[in-house]
Amino acid sequence: MATQVTTAGRITTTDQFAYPKGIWSWISTVDHKRIGTLYLVTSMFFFLVGGIEALLIRIQLTEPESTFISASTYNQLFTMHGTTMIFLVVMPLSAAFFNLLVPLMIGARDVAFPRLNAFSYWVYLFGAILINLGWFHGAAPDAGWFAYANLTSQEYSAGQNVDYWVMGVQVLGLSSLASAFNFIVTIINMRAPGMGMMRLPVFVWMTLVTAVLIVMAFPSLTVGVTLLLFDRWFDTLFFVPEANGQPLLWQHLFWIFGHPEVYILILPAFGIVSEIIPVFSKKPIFGYTAVVFAGIAIGILGFSVWAHHMFTVGLGPVPTAVFAISTMLIALPTGVKIFNWIGTVWGGDLTFTTPMLMALGMVSMFIIGGLSGVMHASPPVDSHQQDSYFVVAHFHYVLFGGSLFSLFGGIYYWWPKFFGRLLNDGLGKVHFALMFIGFNLTFFPMHWVGVQGMPRRIYTYAEGLNWDFWNMAMTVGAFIIALSILVFLINAFLSFRDEPNAPDDPWDGATLEWATSSPPKPYNFEKVPVVTSNIPLWVEKYPEVYGHEPDFRETSPDPEDQPDVEHGIHEHHDDHIHMPNPTIWPLIVSIGITLGFAGFLYGWIITFIGVAVMFLGIYGWVLSPAFGEPDHV
Amino acid sequence: MATRHEAASPPRQNIIEHPTATGQDNRKLAMWCFLASDCMFFGSLITAYLVSHDRAAVPPYPNDFFDIPFTSVSAFVLLMSSVAMVLALAGIQRGDLRRFRIWILSTGLLGLIFLGGQIYEFTEFHHEGLRLSTNLFGSSFYVLTGFHGAHVTIGVFWLFSLFLASFRQPLVTKEKAVNVEIAGLYWHFVDIVWIVIFAVVYLIEAG
Repeated sequence: MATQVTTAGRITTTDQFAYPKGIWSWISTVDHKRIGTLYLVTSMFFFLVGGIEALLIRIQLTEPESTFISASTYNQLFTMHGTTMIFLVVMPLSAAFFNLLVPLMIGARDVAFPRLNAFSYWVYLFGAILINLGWFHGAAPDAGWFAYANLTSQEYSAGQNVDYWVMGVQVLGLSSLASAFNFIVTIINMRAPGMGMMRLPVFVWMTLVTAVLIVMAFPSLTVGVTLLLFDRWFDTLFFVPEANGQPLLWQHLFWIFGHPEVYILILPAFGIVSEIIPVFSKKPIFGYTAVVFAGIAIGILGFSVWAHHMFTVGLGPVPTAVFAISTMLIALPTGVKIFNWIGTVWGGDLTFTTPMLMALGMVSMFIIGGLSGVMHASPPVDSHQQDSYFVVAHFHYVLFGGSLFSLFGGIYYWWPKFFGRLLNDGLGKVHFALMFIGFNLTFFPMHWVGVQGMPRRIYTYAEGLNWDFWNMAMTVGAFIIALSILVFLINAFLSFRDEPNAPDDPWDGATLEWATSSPPKPYNFEKVPVVTSNIPLWVEKYPEVYGHEPDFRETSPDPEDQPDVEHGIHEHHDDHIHMPNPTIWPLIVSIGITLGFAGFLYGWIITFIGVAVMFLGIYGWVLSPAFGEPDHV
Repeated sequence: MATRHEAASPPRQNIIEHPTATGQDNRKLAMWCFLASDCMFFGSLITAYLVSHDRAAVPPYPNDFFDIPFTSVSAFVLLMSSVAMVLALAGIQRGDLRRFRIWILSTGLLGLIFLGGQIYEFTEFHHEGLRLSTNLFGSSFYVLTGFHGAHVTIGVFWLFSLFLASFRQPLVTKEKAVNVEIAGLYWHFVDIVWIVIFAVVYLIEAG
C-alpha cells in the first residue's frame, strides 16, 4: 500500500501491519482487538458452563423432594454458578468490550500497556481453569460465592473444595487489577488530540469508573481471601470463634469488595446502553454531563453501602440506619441515568434493531431490579426477605436483566468491529424475544415464592408449601433462556459463513470506532484523529444539524495540524506508526503465577516451579523491548 | 559533565512512545494506581490487625514482646534507605551513573538490613513461643508485618536489578530515569507503610 518515507528516514508500508495468521499469532498477540476477541470467546464459553450449572439447579428444583442431584452436588452447582457468572462471564465479557472499544473510542493505536493487557487475559484464562479444576476431583467450591467464614474453616470444610475457590479467586483478582491499571492509564493518557475528558463517550467514562472501583475494591477481597488461606493452611485464627476470631471480619472484608463489585458488573452495561440508545434514537444522549456524573456518584456511593448485605447480623441501630440511608441514596444517581435514557428515546427517530431491543429490555428489567433493591434497603423489609428467593429474583433482575441484556446488545452492536461481520437481525430478534420471555418466566415468580418463604440455597423442598407450580414454571423459563442462547450461537455460527462484509459504519454511529474499518486494521487509525466533539462522527456527517465546534484550535497540539473547521474529526499528521511487538512473556509470567497458586493444591514443588517460571518471565518481559527494534544504540 | 542548564531540565521520556494526553509518563501513572490499590491492601490488613490483636484468648500478649529501641533502629534504617533512593534518582537524572550505582546499592543494602532485623525479630518471638497459631495476636502480627516484609523483599530485588541493569547502558540511562523513579515511588510507599505499622503496631501498644 502507501509507502511513505518518515522523517526518521525509515520506510514504512501500511501492509507490513497486516494481521499475522496462525495460532501462534494469537498466543503471542498484544493487539487490544485480538485480546478483546479472546475475552469474548472465553467468557462466552464459561457463560455456557455457568448456564448448564443453572439448568441443573433448575431441574433439581422443578418438583419437590427431587433426587436428581445430591445436596453436596447442589452446593457445588450454586457456588460455581455464582462464581462463574460473576468472575468468569460478566466481568471478562465487559473486559472484552473495554479491550475492543476503549482505544478505538479515544482514538488511540492501542492500550497504554499492550503486554500487561495480554497478561490480564492469560491470568483470567488460567484462573478460570484453576477454579474449575475442582470439578474433576469431585471437589468444586461449595461454600457459596461469598464463602462465609467459618463455614470455610478446615473444621467445617475439610475437603479441597474451598481451596480451589481461594486459589482461583486470588489468581482472577490479579487479572482484574492488572487490566484496571491498564485502562485507567489508557483513558487518562492515550486520548487523541482534542479528546477532552468531557468528550469521552459515556462507555469510556463508565470503563474508567469501573476500573477505579476494581483498583479500590479488590484489595479488600485479596486480604480477606489471604486471611482465609492462612487460616486453612497455616493455622492462623482470624475466623475461628473458639479462639476469639471473628467470622464477621470476613463479612466486612468480603462485602467492602462485594458491593462495589455489583457496580463493577453493572456500570459497563450502563455504558453500553448509553452508546446504543442514542444511535438508534438518532439523538445525542440526553444530559451527557448528568449521565457521567451519575456514574461517578454511583461509584463513590458504592463504597458506603456494604453493610446492607449484613443487616441481619445485628450491627446495632446506628450503623444499620446509616447503611440503609446510603443504600437508598444510590437510587438517586441510578434514577438520573434511567431518566436520561428515557429522555434520549423521547421524541427520537427510533429503529428497533436487536441492539436497541436489548438496550430497552435492559432499561426496563433494570428498573424492576432496582425497585426491589430499594425495597430491601429498608432493614425491617430486608429481615423478611433476607436469604429468600426474593433476593435471588432481585439480583438476577439487575445482573441478568441489567448486565447480560446490555452485554448481548453490545455483542450485536459491535460484532462488526470484532469480526467484520453482521449478525442476522431477524434471528437476533428471536433471540431477544425468547430471552425476554424466558427471563421473566424464570425470575419473576421468584419474587412470589420468596415472599412466601422459600429460602435460597436449599437443594429441595417439601410438598404442599404452595411453591410447586411456580418452581415448575421457573424451570420452563430457564429452558426458554437456554433456547434463546442456542439461537444466538446459531446466529454467530451463520455469520461466519460469508466473507467479512460488514460496512464500516452499519448503524450510523456517532463515536470514533465507526470511523475505522470493520474490523479495524491493527493500527486502528492511519492518522490519529483530532476530536472536537463527543459525537465526532455525527458532527462530521451532519454539520447542518450539529454545526461545528469552535474550540478545536485550542486543542490542536501543533500549528501545522490546523484541521478543516467543517468536520468533527480531523487527521492529525503522524507518519510514525509504532506497533507493539508480539511476545509470549506475559503468557509465561501468568503460567508461573497460576502454578505458584496451584502448588497449594497439588504440592509445593509446583509452587517452586511456578515462582521460578514467574521470575524468568518477569526478567524476560522487562528485558525485551515493547516497541520496535531492541534499542542497541 | 552536563552544563547547568541541561542538569536542570527534566528527564526525557522514552522517546519511542507517543506523548501522552496529560504529559505524565504512562508507567508513572500506572504505579500511582497500583499504590492506591496497595493502600487499600494495607488498609484492610491493618484493620484486620486492629480488630484482632487484642483478642488473644491465651498468652502471650503484645506487651510481652515489643523491643521499641530495636525496632526504632530498624525503622530508622528503612527511612534512611528512602534518602538513599532520592540520591540514586538524582544521580541518574543527572546522568551520573557512578553516583546512581553507589546510592541504589546503598538503598538495597539498607533494605536488606531492615529485612535482617525483621528475621531476627520473628526468630526471637518464635523462640519465646509466639506462633501464627498461638493466638490472634500471633496470627495478625505475623501476617501484617510479614506482608510488609514481602513488599520490602520485592523492592530489594527490584533495586538490585536496577543496579545490575545500569551496566547495560540502554536500560538505565538519564533518558530512562523514569525506570528508576517508579521503583522509587514503590520504595517510598513501602517505607511510609512501615511508619504506619510502626506507630500502630509497636508504639501505641507500648505507650
